[in-house]
Amino acid sequence: MINAARRFWPTVTVCLILLAMPYWMPLFGGYTELSTRILVLGLAAMALNFLLGFTGVLSFGHAAYFGLGAYGVGMAIKYLGTGTVSAIAVGTCAGTLAAALVGRLIVHLRGVYFAMVTIAFGQVFYFIAFRWNSVTGGDDGLTGWRRVPLDFGIAKLDILAGDKSFYYLVLVVFLAAAAAMAALIRSPFGRTLVAIRENERRARFLGIDVERHMWFSFVISSLFVSIAGSLFALLNNFVDPRVLRWDLSGSFVIMAVLGGMRSFWGPLVGAAVFVVLQDYVSSKTENWMSFVGLFFVLVVLFFPRGLLGLLRRRSSHESA
Amino acid sequence: MTQLVLFNVFNGLIVGAFYALMALGLSLILNLSGVINFAHGGFLALGGYIAFTLVPYVGFWGGLVLAPVLTALIGLLLEKVLIRRLYGRDPLYSLLLTFGLAYILEDATRYIWGARSLPYEVPSWLNYSLSPGLFFLTGYRLFMVALVAAAVAGLFALLKYTRLGMRIRAGTLDLETVSVLGVNVRILRNVNFGLGIYLAGIAGVLAAGMLGLQPTIGASLIMPSFVAIIVGGLGSLPGTLLGGLLIGVASGVTAVFAPSGTEAVIYVIMAIVLLVRPRGLLGEEGRV
Repeated sequence: MINAARRFWPTVTVCLILLAMPYWMPLFGGYTELSTRILVLGLAAMALNFLLGFTGVLSFGHAAYFGLGAYGVGMAIKYLGTGTVSAIAVGTCAGTLAAALVGRLIVHLRGVYFAMVTIAFGQVFYFIAFRWNSVTGGDDGLTGWRRVPLDFGIAKLDILAGDKSFYYLVLVVFLAAAAAMAALIRSPFGRTLVAIRENERRARFLGIDVERHMWFSFVISSLFVSIAGSLFALLNNFVDPRVLRWDLSGSFVIMAVLGGMRSFWGPLVGAAVFVVLQDYVSSKTENWMSFVGLFFVLVVLFFPRGLLGLLRRRSSHESA
Repeated sequence: MTQLVLFNVFNGLIVGAFYALMALGLSLILNLSGVINFAHGGFLALGGYIAFTLVPYVGFWGGLVLAPVLTALIGLLLEKVLIRRLYGRDPLYSLLLTFGLAYILEDATRYIWGARSLPYEVPSWLNYSLSPGLFFLTGYRLFMVALVAAAVAGLFALLKYTRLGMRIRAGTLDLETVSVLGVNVRILRNVNFGLGIYLAGIAGVLAAGMLGLQPTIGASLIMPSFVAIIVGGLGSLPGTLLGGLLIGVASGVTAVFAPSGTEAVIYVIMAIVLLVRPRGLLGEEGRV
């Protein structure tokens, strides 16, 4: 009963805040697109955290699948002339398939080695996008396409002109994805992942196929990351190779760590802080890279458990 | 055609020597301290830029000697202040910290020396082509290969024959026992970090002479160095050396036949190695 309440209230609070975000954001000098970006990158960070926080596997190359999702959307709309929803499906499939292939190669690696291989593999797709000018637009990015208004037959939703209607479309996808991830984490499969995180050797002794579980976790996490990537492309009406690069992977990790890897909503909080800060700093100074770098250093030194981890520790002190 | 292939093989060898020099430093730090130093490329750039600043005062040779030492000193300092705190913790944290440092170093070089590409003068007698037929064999390139070879030989000799080297090798295998035997592990890791950065500094000065200086010079060399370590095998320095040369030559050869695949080919090699021999070419069993 207490447990259910503990899960219930944070979820309701998050939903309410997100539902109203386009309306309170302007009060703090924000804009709708910023809200949408928080949602999209928050979803990416939460998806990464499925692997990082709930399976205990460090992937430093998730931008690859994010970017593949983004390119999938752009190319589907530009070359195949599909609608928005099928484009998201194409992008998600592209990212997930690539992750399934790469994951198969690397699941038996551990720790630092795993991290390094994921970083390196991430770069393959970056170079493909960078070099394959005729199809991807190379360094200039993929232009000449826009998100297509949704047509439900009875009603049309103009997500192109209306910032807010696009925000709510993203919110629907975000909440569906979050619900799916939460359900997976609470399923026996998710419990097994946590068991692997806590003690891999013991899990193995219990007869769990650790490699297979890690592979599934890697693919599931990449699936949600590619959904986020698809949305990101739609948000910008533009894709360029930077969505595939390792610095974005690093940003996903720092969002998850900053918010708190052990909590479900933590990465969303981390993403919100990161996105707002980056937006603010890059509008004020050209040397935003130093600030982002300093931010990484400070988070590692002072908030290794993340903001929500900090809150939780404080509240558990009080109750004790 | 033969000449073109030869040219690209040789070019690949030079690039591979760079990768190897970078990767050896990374490998040293990774093996002893378990830290993936993302900022390694930033230190490389720093080495090149410091040399650029010093050359007007101390000449080319002075720059070549002094800049790596100064870079290593900065490395020692950063290890002492920041990186040391993260030893023994989840590798995630050191990865993020050095990631942030890489950002800061790149931005700092851009801030101090500007975003424009700077030319780096090498002595004119090094710029001669050795023979008209093999026009690409300039003195500077041969000199670079020789210097990298000397640096690598020096490193291996240091590790094999000196007390410090013995301690580093022992620490790589079992740091706790080394500590119990009375070696100050803090100093050992600090010196080892400095050594790795010193190699990055040398690579930086040499790269400056060949490619000129840009703030992003380090970022573009770091990924291939990771691949070199993975291909060569984690925990094996000869493996790292081999991996670096191998992917360098491979991308050189690819440049002849499929120029747009020069970057992708090294990742293909990595995928094949992981598929056939997951621990890397010379990696020891059980260290993965």
